[in-house]
Amino acid sequence: MRNRAFLFFSLIMPIAFLFIYAGIFGKGNRQAVPYLLAEVLALTVMGSFWGLSVQLVTFREQGILRRFRITPVGASAMLASSLLSNYILTLPTIVIEFFLARWIFHMTGLGNLAGVFVLVTAGTISFASLGLIVASVTNTMQETQIINQIIWFVFLFLSGATIPLPLLPKMVQTFSLYLPATYLVSGLQRSMIDLVGPASLGAELTSMVGCALIAFLISAQLFRWDAEAKVPRRAKIWAISAIIPFLLLGAWETANGRLRSHSLKDFNQTVEEPSRLQLRQP
Amino acid sequence: MPSTAAIEVENLVKRYGNVEAVRGVSFSVNEGEVFGLLGPNGAGKTSTVEMLEGMRVPDGGRLSVCGLDPQRSGGEFKNVIGASLQATALPDKMRVREALDLFGSFYPRRKSTAELLKRFGLEEKRNAFYSQLSGGQKQRLALAMALVNDPRAIFLDEPTAGLDPQVRREIYDVIEELKKEKKTILITTHYIEEAERLCDRVAIVDHGKVIAIGTPRELKERSGAVTRITVRLAQPENNGALNTLEGVTECRAETGEYLLYSTKVPRTIVALVKHLEEKNNELVSLEISAPSLEDIFLELTGRRLRD
Repeated sequence: MRNRAFLFFSLIMPIAFLFIYAGIFGKGNRQAVPYLLAEVLALTVMGSFWGLSVQLVTFREQGILRRFRITPVGASAMLASSLLSNYILTLPTIVIEFFLARWIFHMTGLGNLAGVFVLVTAGTISFASLGLIVASVTNTMQETQIINQIIWFVFLFLSGATIPLPLLPKMVQTFSLYLPATYLVSGLQRSMIDLVGPASLGAELTSMVGCALIAFLISAQLFRWDAEAKVPRRAKIWAISAIIPFLLLGAWETANGRLRSHSLKDFNQTVEEPSRLQLRQP
Repeated sequence: MPSTAAIEVENLVKRYGNVEAVRGVSFSVNEGEVFGLLGPNGAGKTSTVEMLEGMRVPDGGRLSVCGLDPQRSGGEFKNVIGASLQATALPDKMRVREALDLFGSFYPRRKSTAELLKRFGLEEKRNAFYSQLSGGQKQRLALAMALVNDPRAIFLDEPTAGLDPQVRREIYDVIEELKKEKKTILITTHYIEEAERLCDRVAIVDHGKVIAIGTPRELKERSGAVTRITVRLAQPENNGALNTLEGVTECRAETGEYLLYSTKVPRTIVALVKHLEEKNNELVSLEISAPSLEDIFLELTGRRLRD
């Protein structure tokens, strides 16, 4: 709460998104609120990616990490504590978003809370770990910001977090099946609308946990305490291996079309059909 | 090397690309001793101390701290050392007491935050953010953090660099307190005053090599640097006559004073008194200025420390 930038990006911005989504795109359609809330929850979780990478690079550039280096704290403990604190700080925003969706936008029901909880947990750790990878393979804040923006915009616009997946062109939909953000958005929408619990989210959770594990191990290996220590070229190749679980899942999804059909059904059920009915009413 | 050595360094080498920053440095620091690495910027002091702290991997040589290898002993090594780094910081929004609590929590054995706050005069600033501290307060916090685990060996890399003289003296008082506790301390500095006041022994480092080592007194005695004798006389004297006194290498007359540069001070004084008696002249005042470490550095390298 002491850091105004953190307060803005982690609390104020996601809540502002909720008001924009539910207030403007939802157009008073209560049935659309769970669908839109799932998108906002996904954006909040995805924010971990940006926040953690910037924090770590800032600490490295300012020489703060150097001070930790002479203590018995190792790179893995340092990264794990960053992930944990990031997770703990994300949870209140999630709760506030639920509260606002329920009390201001009159959302009916709360979805499958167990499903939402495990997706938020696995998602936060997974996206934060991807942030750690970015911090590991960049040397300066400028480099970090450029890579973050490229990845962030892809996640933001091609995963269904802003533009619903069924509205994207078919080719883009196929590409989005290889993005971790797509599985987070889709999983949250299924938990919110179809009340799907953790047991039915096996593919989403496995890919996210797998990605988090690989990303964490690579980050711990490539971790640099000192701004002087430059990243070796082979590190960038290592870093790419963190997306292997999503490449496998993407290939599988492309073949069977499960995610796209779920996504289309949820969109039609909560946004498209109620809007059509609203338009038909005199 | 003596068996009581807490820090041992033998033929230490560190290269950065084609540049050899540390070129076969050797020294040892006894337990309870305050040892200084004195040299200009870029002499290899920080590289040496950072290898001792385990932050840099040596390219050659051998070193041990409290009997442990910094690169191989991991947590056990880090539990016995404390350090104040040259280029470091804390998060701006971290409070002073939080920093001490957090860093203390990393160690199995720790000093209480209240004790450290009191000892380093930070009680009033306990709730202040790091960004609100002055340079001197930040440095005192860095020293408090270096002691948070009650270490056996303490490394202070340029602990007073960039501080004004008054704050620097405050830091000296703190380090002198540590000295009384018989802590083993390694200080790097380019301030002569700091080395002379705080260190039991000093190694003068230049271009990655130790060029002289010993107590400040030994270094001065061993050195060929001359002592300046400033005398004021009742009547003017002949410059040439004073120049021939035993031990005098040079004599200069300056605004009613004579500056005699001597390599044999007692003999020069005896010869001076004898000469004045013969000439019926009288000595009004006499002041002896021993060569400083700066003079010794100049003699050894042909450069001043801050060149």
